[in-house]
Amino acid sequence: MTDEKSSSGAASEADGSSAPAAVSPKATVARVPAAKPAQATSQGAEITRRGLFSWAAVGWVGFTAAIGGCMTAFGRFMFPNVLFEPPTSFKVGNTEDFPPGVVDERFKEANGVWIVNNEGRLTALIAICTHLGCPPAWLEAQNKFKCPCHGSGYYKNGINFEGPTPRPLERAKISIDPDDGQILVDKSQKYLWEQGQWDDPSSFIEVS
Amino acid sequence: MQQLKDLQKAIVKSQIWKSIFRVGIPTDNRKRALATLGNVVLHLHPIKVKKSGLRMSYTWCMGGTSFFLFLVETITGLLLMFYYRPTVEYAYFDMVDLREVVAFGIMRELHRWAAHAMVIAVWLHMFRVFMTGSYKPPREFNWNVGVILLVLTLLLSFTGYLLPWDQLAIWAITVGSNMARATPLLGHEGPGAAFLTLGGEKLIHVGSDARFGLIAGRTIGGGTLIRFYVLHCLGIPFVAACLMAVHFWRVRKDGGISGPV
Ligand code: FES
Repeated sequence: MTDEKSSSGAASEADGSSAPAAVSPKATVARVPAAKPAQATSQGAEITRRGLFSWAAVGWVGFTAAIGGCMTAFGRFMFPNVLFEPPTSFKVGNTEDFPPGVVDERFKEANGVWIVNNEGRLTALIAICTHLGCPPAWLEAQNKFKCPCHGSGYYKNGINFEGPTPRPLERAKISIDPDDGQILVDKSQKYLWEQGQWDDPSSFIEVS
Repeated sequence: MQQLKDLQKAIVKSQIWKSIFRVGIPTDNRKRALATLGNVVLHLHPIKVKKSGLRMSYTWCMGGTSFFLFLVETITGLLLMFYYRPTVEYAYFDMVDLREVVAFGIMRELHRWAAHAMVIAVWLHMFRVFMTGSYKPPREFNWNVGVILLVLTLLLSFTGYLLPWDQLAIWAITVGSNMARATPLLGHEGPGAAFLTLGGEKLIHVGSDARFGLIAGRTIGGGTLIRFYVLHCLGIPFVAACLMAVHFWRVRKDGGISGPV
């Protein structure tokens, strides 16, 4: 088989057309298609099984890559670039606006934090229940935060004491903007009590 | 009388009739078989049904009921789509209007009750299949298709729950989607996510994790609403319908509705 093909491939074009005439018509049919691609391509390059397979492999790899690319593009498509949400970092005023003991609810609706002045420290408590994410309410008369969903309760400092929640409320990063002296809250940076992060100086502002 | 007969003959002989029914009135078994093969409505129904398959006390007809409720959901849902706009401004008020001012204000109620009923029917269907051992070979593949259909039913319920856009809806989806935070590797609070960093920057954070992709934001908002709406009305029903076709086809190929052994 290999011998036949290489001989017809090496033969000149005139030979290739005249030689099949000598053999039976059946063989001609089988031979001509085998000889033709060999002539069309460069010397010695034949269509072998291996060669055919590698083209198939290129095709499959290309196909897989195209499908993979489409899936990746689809996945990326589902992640929006622009959000219509309140900014995570915002200013809330000056330290004098928050007298000792206050739980300021003015920023809860729009920004989702309470500014709390408790025991000489100003903190920004994130108004999301650490149980399953409902918004607790500040109950002034009972001096606690209470979640309406499953009844978790938190002290003014954010430590949980009742209900199903497993951990205290979270604090957002709070600092004084050096430019205008206003309080800057950054919700993208959180401080968790159970990880000992409430001693981090970025998690509170010392007030008298 | 004769005229009526002539009319019938004219209709049955007409090109239109023939093009639809092909074989004509089946009078022998061969023609009956051809009629069944050449007509999609007849073809959808199995040629033979086991007597035991008709016994309500055995099947509870819960599979059929689930499918019937799916059809109810499709039709009522389609009608609701004529009035409901999935935007933050309109969603809630359109939902109220559907009850208060749109003719046949029961349509939304029908959709809601049928949804609850469908979840119950699917569970009961699974319960029956499990208790009768109908998940065993050769039906084990179809059991798996059924499990996926169960998940899709629950997802339809979940996505539909947000659409009224009231407090219950928003907070239920808030709580529900918070589970996605704990997705392994892909949720920003999930196991392994902390290891995915690039040059000290976290790759998986609250603005890039699975939950963010699911609800199109850090919190439930307008993006979530339209996303759930599309999934609820198009995405999930489409997948579910395809799998239902497979499910029903396999019921027949696996030997019909299972019966008592
Ligand atoms: S979400 Fe607050 S108690 Fe469950």
